[in-house]
Amino acid sequence: MTRAARRHADTLAQPQDAGLVHTALAVPAMHCAGCMGKVERGLAALPGVAQARANLTARSVGVDHTAAVTVPDLVAALTRAGFAAQPRASVLAEPVSAVRPLLAPLAVAAFACMNVMLLSVSVWSGADGATRDLFHWLSALIGVPAIAYAGRPFFASAWSALRHGRTNMDVPISIGVTLATGLSFYETVTHGAEAWFDGTLMLLLFLLAGRALDAMMRDRARAGVDALLRQAAPGAMVVADDGATAWYAATDLVPGMVMRVAAGERLAADGVVVRGSSRLDRSLLTGESAAVPAGEGDRVLAGTLNTEAPLDVRVLATGEDTALADIARLMEAAGQSRSRYVRIADRASRLYAPAVHSLAALTFAGWMLAGAGIYKALVIAIAVLIITCPCALGLAVPVAQVVAAGALMKRGILVKDGSALERLAEVDRMLIDKTGTLTEGRPVPDAATLAALRADEAAVALALASHSRHPLSLGLAEALAARGVRAAELSDVHETPGRGLTAQWHDVPVSLGRPAAASGGMAAALAIGTAPVRLIGFADALRPDCVDALAELARQGIPASILSGDGVAAVATVAHQTGLTAQANASPQDKHEAIDRLSAAGHRVLMVGDGLNDGPALAAAHASIAPGSASDVGRQAADVVFTGASLQALPRSVAMARRTMRVVRQNFTLAIGYNLLAVPLAMAGLVTPLIAAVAMSTSSLVVVANSLRLSFIDGERA
Amino acid sequence: MTSIAVLIPIALGMGLIGLAAFFWALRQGQFVDLDGAAARILIDEGEDPAP
Repeated sequence: MTRAARRHADTLAQPQDAGLVHTALAVPAMHCAGCMGKVERGLAALPGVAQARANLTARSVGVDHTAAVTVPDLVAALTRAGFAAQPRASVLAEPVSAVRPLLAPLAVAAFACMNVMLLSVSVWSGADGATRDLFHWLSALIGVPAIAYAGRPFFASAWSALRHGRTNMDVPISIGVTLATGLSFYETVTHGAEAWFDGTLMLLLFLLAGRALDAMMRDRARAGVDALLRQAAPGAMVVADDGATAWYAATDLVPGMVMRVAAGERLAADGVVVRGSSRLDRSLLTGESAAVPAGEGDRVLAGTLNTEAPLDVRVLATGEDTALADIARLMEAAGQSRSRYVRIADRASRLYAPAVHSLAALTFAGWMLAGAGIYKALVIAIAVLIITCPCALGLAVPVAQVVAAGALMKRGILVKDGSALERLAEVDRMLIDKTGTLTEGRPVPDAATLAALRADEAAVALALASHSRHPLSLGLAEALAARGVRAAELSDVHETPGRGLTAQWHDVPVSLGRPAAASGGMAAALAIGTAPVRLIGFADALRPDCVDALAELARQGIPASILSGDGVAAVATVAHQTGLTAQANASPQDKHEAIDRLSAAGHRVLMVGDGLNDGPALAAAHASIAPGSASDVGRQAADVVFTGASLQALPRSVAMARRTMRVVRQNFTLAIGYNLLAVPLAMAGLVTPLIAAVAMSTSSLVVVANSLRLSFIDGERA
Repeated sequence: MTSIAVLIPIALGMGLIGLAAFFWALRQGQFVDLDGAAARILIDEGEDPAP
């Protein structure tokens, strides 16, 4: 780990020099330079903060501050700057970059390869005698340490595979590299004519480039490894018997404590309500679209969102014992089936490695029988190993997948890693969640009603709605802002939990709140002075192009059905609108079992879902997709996350995954075709280091060029 | 031959300097936040209006 990373990974509240404490906060909403500036300035303005440094890649900010500043102070400062923040749960939360350990070997291989190639060109141009010896010695001086250092990732992986009695792509690479280096060193010592340091280093360089690309792709789309822990509120305000309040981290809560949960906060632990009544949004846990009322004596679960009024909750279970942790355990078990998936590159090498090794052994035996002597037979056999080393093969898969992922990213579709594209190309059945996936997952005001509002009514409604964090207010404010409405100026704004907002507008009393008469579905009443009350209806609308996207998927041979945790009536409406079959009232366990049933029947299932309750199903499915609005758990468990509102992302991802696999297969054909040409030459003993270098780089370039075709989507450049 | 004896160490030395510079940057944590580094130039530092 680098020094900076170590500094970055310091625990919460670990004392540092000069009495400063380092705290890392996750800031998921930070996405541009302006946000970074606001976050850093907002924190630096706080007295006691020495320095704040935002990290855009990890969506986090590291703060050095005195012990007098507490974590809630920092979170409050960020909230004032307009960003929701959460303390990172633990040191382990720091995502481990897969690319960084490969950067140093890549740089060393590139440096050594270029310098040795320079010397080799002189040798190929006719240097001989003492000059050639000098150049070979120089090459060895640079090459041997460089190969030992840059080859470590391959040697380590090959060794661990062999120790477990398996083989992978790294075994033939390691054997080829080691033998080639040994032979070249022997040639150098014995004043031989040919050394293979340049080819060996070039091989390592190309292979490391392929690895680094693969790792980069995994790093890019991975934000927040500790998503599940962060989903539970990381702490709570605890009320003591004498009325004193103190902030406790979630890990410090013990059963029996009473925590005060403000409106808009998530519960940190399971418990029972002792004071107050409110409505709780449990959609992330169960998929239920309507908030459920909770009053004194009701059981409430960690991870649910309090939407209306403050609640006092006596803690019954914490951490490992909560319903949230149960889902996490279910997910962990479900993910194991997927980890058994063998990537296409490893499947190819299972066939390739034995073939190559027997060819080399055959060559050695053949030349020995022909009476060539052990030295010559060995040199030719090693030449066969070098020429067949899977250089283009090592690039065939990662380059195609990185180019495809880049093209999809420009369309707002983030692919977690290369194996996701491989698995996505194979799916033939889809299960889709309702709340938040087929639908937007949040109340959207009725467009006709909004259009009928007068300009001043709309301005007042926006101004009132913007003062509340109630889901209906948030939906209304967003819809009105999207229509270009400007908020009116209000004074004396008050929010009464459970009733709504009141204010003064040019000395006229205005209000936005729960309708007096209970009507079916969700609605808000807007009253201005004595004018008639306006009723604004809300509904959880289907995503745009939902029906088109499902039809497109059906054309691709992927029939879909709905798998929802919501009630029968709500599911039936959506099933009718989309024409899909549906299963309602499904618990997380049911969803997981539905996938297991289909998998057992030979289907490869694509799961599309967003909530915590979809987590186990997302982890168990052959491939999974989540919308960007999903819970952190959903986003973490899914292979692919799309940021737009349109479900067209589903058929588009599947089409791209299938195209990528076509290109990967073409790449394999190209790489193997090159071997069919080169191997007979090598077996005949005609290959020199020059031919090997040219052949290796040409085949790699061809494979890269073929993969770049994927950056064109629908005939246009993405 | 003498020119080679001079030029090769020079070439290798320059390459090593580049490699050392890369390692220095890696240790300094300059590859920790690539997206942030790209965005950072857009942050307006000074609060004062331009003269």
